[in-house]
Amino acid sequence: MTDAALRYALLGRLDAHALPFVRAWENPNLSEIIGAAAGAMVVIGAVVLVALLTWMRWWRPLFLDWLTSLDHKKIGIMYIVIAGVMLSRALIEAVLMRTQQSLAVNAPGIVAPEHFAQLFSTHGTIMIFFMAMPFLTGLINYVVPLQIGARDVAFPLLNSISLMLTAGGAGLVMISLAIGEFSTGGWSGYPPYTERAFQPGVGPDYWIWAITLSSLGTTLSGLNFAATIYKKRCPGMHLTRMPLFCWTALCTSILMIFAMPPLTLATALLALDRYLGFHFFTNDLGGNMMNYVNLFWLFGHPEVYILILPAFGVFSEVISAFSSKELYGYKSLIIATMAIAVLSFTVWLHHFFTMGQSANVNAFFGVATMTIAVPTGVKVYDWIWTMFRGELRFTPPMLFSVAFIMTFVLGGITGVMLAIPPIDFVVHNSVFLVAHFHNVLIPGLLYGMIAGYQYWFPKAFGFRLSEGWGKVSFGCWVVGFYLAFMPLYVLGLGGMARRTQSILDPDFQPWLTVAVIGAFILLAGLVTLFVQLVVSVRDREQNRVPVGDPWDGRGLEWSIPAPPPEYNFATIPTVHRLDAFYWFKADGRAYKPAATYTDIVVPKNSWVGPIVGGGGAVCAFGLVWHIGWMSLSGFALAWLAVIARSFVRDTHRMIPAAEVKAREESWLALAARTRPVPRQLEESSANLGLAEPYPAEVAA
Amino acid sequence: MSGSTQAHIGLHLDSPDQSPPEDAELGIYGFWIFLMSDAVLFALLFAIYGTQLAATAGAPGPAAEFKLGPAFTETVILLTSSLTYGLSGIALKYDRTRTTLVLWLGVTLLLGLAFLGFELHDFATMFGDGATPDRSGFLSAFFALVPTHGLHVAAGCIWIVVMLIQIGVHGTDARVKLDLLRLGLFWHFLDIIWIAIFSIVYLQGTLG
Repeated sequence: MTDAALRYALLGRLDAHALPFVRAWENPNLSEIIGAAAGAMVVIGAVVLVALLTWMRWWRPLFLDWLTSLDHKKIGIMYIVIAGVMLSRALIEAVLMRTQQSLAVNAPGIVAPEHFAQLFSTHGTIMIFFMAMPFLTGLINYVVPLQIGARDVAFPLLNSISLMLTAGGAGLVMISLAIGEFSTGGWSGYPPYTERAFQPGVGPDYWIWAITLSSLGTTLSGLNFAATIYKKRCPGMHLTRMPLFCWTALCTSILMIFAMPPLTLATALLALDRYLGFHFFTNDLGGNMMNYVNLFWLFGHPEVYILILPAFGVFSEVISAFSSKELYGYKSLIIATMAIAVLSFTVWLHHFFTMGQSANVNAFFGVATMTIAVPTGVKVYDWIWTMFRGELRFTPPMLFSVAFIMTFVLGGITGVMLAIPPIDFVVHNSVFLVAHFHNVLIPGLLYGMIAGYQYWFPKAFGFRLSEGWGKVSFGCWVVGFYLAFMPLYVLGLGGMARRTQSILDPDFQPWLTVAVIGAFILLAGLVTLFVQLVVSVRDREQNRVPVGDPWDGRGLEWSIPAPPPEYNFATIPTVHRLDAFYWFKADGRAYKPAATYTDIVVPKNSWVGPIVGGGGAVCAFGLVWHIGWMSLSGFALAWLAVIARSFVRDTHRMIPAAEVKAREESWLALAARTRPVPRQLEESSANLGLAEPYPAEVAA
Repeated sequence: MSGSTQAHIGLHLDSPDQSPPEDAELGIYGFWIFLMSDAVLFALLFAIYGTQLAATAGAPGPAAEFKLGPAFTETVILLTSSLTYGLSGIALKYDRTRTTLVLWLGVTLLLGLAFLGFELHDFATMFGDGATPDRSGFLSAFFALVPTHGLHVAAGCIWIVVMLIQIGVHGTDARVKLDLLRLGLFWHFLDIIWIAIFSIVYLQGTLG
């Protein structure tokens, strides 16, 4: 074996030039230095994290209490941690892109074209797959079992595997900053540009395998949530008595089950093209890239609703709670949610009106697209009617919800404009489109996720988040959004193409300047969210809500302590109508001991999830760099772990009834001696998590 | 869910201290959802195959490469394996000695391996004719669709081996029964996919 062959067998395509530091050393321009700095941040971040874990002796708790845990609540929190980390990176990239464009009017700016293309590719990929998806999956994981009165999801181990596969994908995207490069083909990775002929490097491979890990994890999550909601509801929790968040979670899960396979297939076939010389999407020998575009958007459009529906659910919960009213038009909201879920499979073609199909086909999909505005409009009116004559409290989650309604309607209107094929022909591939989808996804996803995080945080950790900082952050997210994206509508109508690194028209300058200011204000929105978290953790003793119901909540999740015990419910509740906990409180059945307590069986921790996720990530890294032994061993490790697990029978442990009883009684005693807080004081330290019933006459 | 007491058909959970029937029902239900997702994957592979039928780009096409004889043999083998798997289910339910169960699982495994052998032989013949996936869009689509089914069969064979070992280690406890039931769903599902492959790929390619 020659040296070169040996080297390839051991290291594949990996060499010194994979490191951005080496590239920056050899070619020290600003763009390469920015790339090296980003890589350095990943490396330094990792080193600091390892040092901190070692210094604080957190390795054991990290693995034994968290990473191996099968508790849906911990898994949900870990998902949201991933989302927070990835959101930070992708938002910084957004600021960098806005800065570049504002400086690049007839000037080189700060990042090279190749680098800029990597920025928009990672920004989109991360925001969709590693920010939005983990965030909503985390919220669903945490909240849905509590809302339907279950002790866990249907398949706890599968849940852990899903989390770890997603984490593996996210890790791969982070590694691409420090080793190698990322795709320049955008978040949708259209071939033939992403084929080997045009991008022979590792960029598209990182994209393919990161997406593949994430989409496998998401398919399994969808399966798990659907089975949970169909089969694990507590007695009396009919489908039409579930909180609306559960309905949106159900529709999202169904969409995940049906919409993720097209993505898995699209990336798998692209991988076959790139690795084995197949001709699915190549320019020659019968390849047809239109197949890719269809496959990708068969996933991609339902994906939009996978993202938005859970946020709709959060808004429904938040608006109802902070308006102190039952949700208006509950059944119409369910029907609208289901209608959106079904229609989402009938509109994928509007992502490529310009691809050359006949006008009649375009017309059909244009009309189908506009149809979606109808159920969405129903929802908007329902939320407004819920607020109407309610006693509104403008807490941060409520503020986000109100801002969402206003902003999302604007984005929806530009969506209807884009659904008209002749208009789409004019503005497609311009920043008008960029403005549109940010205008629906920032309010329709991010505001919802932040609102949900703020709303359920006290439940998860037992103390409230600082409302003051929450409002500052809210101001930044809203003002920043309008400043950053309204100019893009103007620029798009003015003819500015999306994804351009350099700008030739000086008239664009003022709008780009406004947009970059908006981008920095959005960054301030993120920073203030972290400040809020730090301040709230510091002041946690004054803000504890141990009784568990800080907002006079309506669903079952508020009927248990904050933070909830591992088994969620000491006794499984029986519900009789919608807003179960509200009526427990009204009927005087809340905070009452059970007649008997029984032993509770919970799943034991398992290493299978981390091993499968780790094996998957190792396999993917090996595939990216063509390191055969590495990918085979990662793959084998993951499957051996699964097979070995199937031989294990001792998978559960029992929490004795006496322990459950003791915990429940001490919590009930706490509730009995706590002073109920009126809602005017719910943002003060008088709020111990026991809400004063309101309206008093209804409660009586 | 509330009040669901129905035990799953084919599952004799011998003693009440084993996992309750609802757990088994849930496990089967989740597997059905997985199969649904897998079915979407195959549906799309068929759709891709349909769009690429004409994209032979000068390489060997269906008429030259597909032989109905071997494909028919493979069909008979795979359908028989479904029958023998079904017999293993009956053995699981009524046979107390486990020998018949292991025997039928073994026969199913052999038939699965035989199917894979014939299929690999077909592929080798095609490769010998120069019909490799890098020649044309049509051959790419063929070599994505049919081997994906083959990989599923291979995974099923590994699963049978794992189950045989589990029967040796644990006997037929509730978990083994549940897994055998899920494996059965998987195995029969692959039959259905193969029927579609036989009709759409081989029959259409040779007779159509």
